[in-house]
Amino acid sequence: MSDNSTVTVHSSVPEDTLAKSPATGKFRAFMSKFMKQKLAVISSGFILLLLVLAVIGPHIVPYPPNEPNYDAMMQGPSAAHWAGTDEYGRDILSRLIDGTRLTMVVSLSAVFISAFLGTILGLISGYYGGWIDRLIMRGSDVMFSFPDLLLAIGIVAILGPGLSNVVIAVAVFGTPSFARIIRSVTLSSKESLYVEAARSMGAKHNRIIWKHIFPETIPSIIVNVSMRIGGAILAASSLSFLGLGAKATEPDWGAMLSMGRDYLSIAPHIVYYPGLLIFLTVLAFNLIGDGLNDALDPKTKN
Amino acid sequence: MGRYAIQRLLGVIPLLFVVSILVFMFIHLIPGDPARLVAGKDATLEEINGIREQLGLNLPLWQQYVNYMGDLLKGDLGVSVTSGLPVTDMLASRFLPTIILTFTSLGWALVIGLVIGIISAVNRGKWPDYIGMLTAISGISLPGFWLGLVLIQIFSVELGWFPTGGVDSWQSYILPSFTLGAGIMSMLARYSRTSMLETMREDYVRTGRAKGLREFVVVGRHALRNSLIQVVTVAGLQFGFLLGGSVMVETVFSIPGMGRLLIDSIGFRDYTVIQALLLLFAAEFILINLIVDLLYGVLNPKIRYASK
Repeated sequence: MSDNSTVTVHSSVPEDTLAKSPATGKFRAFMSKFMKQKLAVISSGFILLLLVLAVIGPHIVPYPPNEPNYDAMMQGPSAAHWAGTDEYGRDILSRLIDGTRLTMVVSLSAVFISAFLGTILGLISGYYGGWIDRLIMRGSDVMFSFPDLLLAIGIVAILGPGLSNVVIAVAVFGTPSFARIIRSVTLSSKESLYVEAARSMGAKHNRIIWKHIFPETIPSIIVNVSMRIGGAILAASSLSFLGLGAKATEPDWGAMLSMGRDYLSIAPHIVYYPGLLIFLTVLAFNLIGDGLNDALDPKTKN
Repeated sequence: MGRYAIQRLLGVIPLLFVVSILVFMFIHLIPGDPARLVAGKDATLEEINGIREQLGLNLPLWQQYVNYMGDLLKGDLGVSVTSGLPVTDMLASRFLPTIILTFTSLGWALVIGLVIGIISAVNRGKWPDYIGMLTAISGISLPGFWLGLVLIQIFSVELGWFPTGGVDSWQSYILPSFTLGAGIMSMLARYSRTSMLETMREDYVRTGRAKGLREFVVVGRHALRNSLIQVVTVAGLQFGFLLGGSVMVETVFSIPGMGRLLIDSIGFRDYTVIQALLLLFAAEFILINLIVDLLYGVLNPKIRYASK
């Protein structure tokens, strides 16, 4: 059996026959479970395409995304402009492609910061317990008392509008839930035999946390990162829509929508395409998240 | 139960206290001199000092907090820097539209979410389940502001069935509450499906089937009733999602509610109003979580309340 080519969508090879060494066996079992979920696989393809666009986008755009063309204002979709033009005559498709990078950078960096901070806080909280656990958990309670997006809005209100502040706001807003999830994994992993064994052999706290407990939390981290990216894109584009994120001149999907609002009745395509792209991107990330969850969660069988 | 209720009530007090400190600190966390920011670029030193005094920023920090809490307990939220009106008065007229919007959204989201969840659970693995869950995950992924604009374009601009915004009649709440409820409806559909699948595996459901009850009765009377408790709890806990989303929906539909006021106030750097709104949103959310927790205790006496 060669490495990855044999794992197909319809693969139904039982897990145990795949196991060669523990690591590759786990990975293969995961891949065969993940590949069975067609929607998640299609979504991965879509996201891959967006990531490629984020890298090569500026070189393949049909029109300069930021150059106004006053002879072609608010035109509907046509052969020359597949997604039409906006109120300055700029090609919407070019702006959408160019904006992919912005969307990916903002949402991925916000989620990675949340994951990094949340994992460290969760590990500390779950492993040490006592006052530090109480402090971290009460802290997250306080942050959870600000409903949803309002925490992010409050942070941007303090720091001022702009995309870098949106990253900070979305990252802070996502940290407590990571911390809670990692804490609960840490709590159960702390009681396991191999941690007990490591401790009885005199292993230091740092070593136990990073060598023994942290690897146990990785599946949860992966699932949550994938589940959170969709939410982060929504949060960031919402903030841009409210005028708290990207500047109106930046080709940000949320900001494009916000600008197009004023022309809704005469040129609805300015609003339709950016929104549709946000929707499809978030949907794809959520479907991947679901797929990863089913493939990595030991509780879900089949 | 009594002990649990008291414990839970007492637990809210320190939380409210810390939230009040955070909200109070809001103005001090702003980089730069808030008085100068409020006054604008062309303000004279005298004007800036005037605003500083009005905001109480010339006093020592602890004194400011004591004053702030003292006023707060008397129901005084300060004076708006831009309009000169008492913030309490400004909020009074803004409170109702947001409340109507959030509760109508929650109402229909609960009903539709439950229906989708039940249909999916009963037809597990068949096409209604597939469609139901695809609808649900799409609903979670929809940007609310986009859904709102698309609905306005179709139902207000093209068809003329509903007003494009404002709160002049009950019809004007239909599109906004649909927009706001879409996300939470999806979460409830997914949750009620899982919960129904769990309860349908319980012994009493099997007993019901074994004694020859019709499937409708088994699902409706036995399984649904028991998963309903959990679904309602989740609905309450997701209330924050509605409060956060109301900011967006009120902006799209020009509804003069608290969320719209928040965004306007951020634009005007009206810090006293921003502070008051953040506090109010947080307090409302904490209160609703408390009520949900207490209700859960009432509805589900089986649950033993561990302190964790």
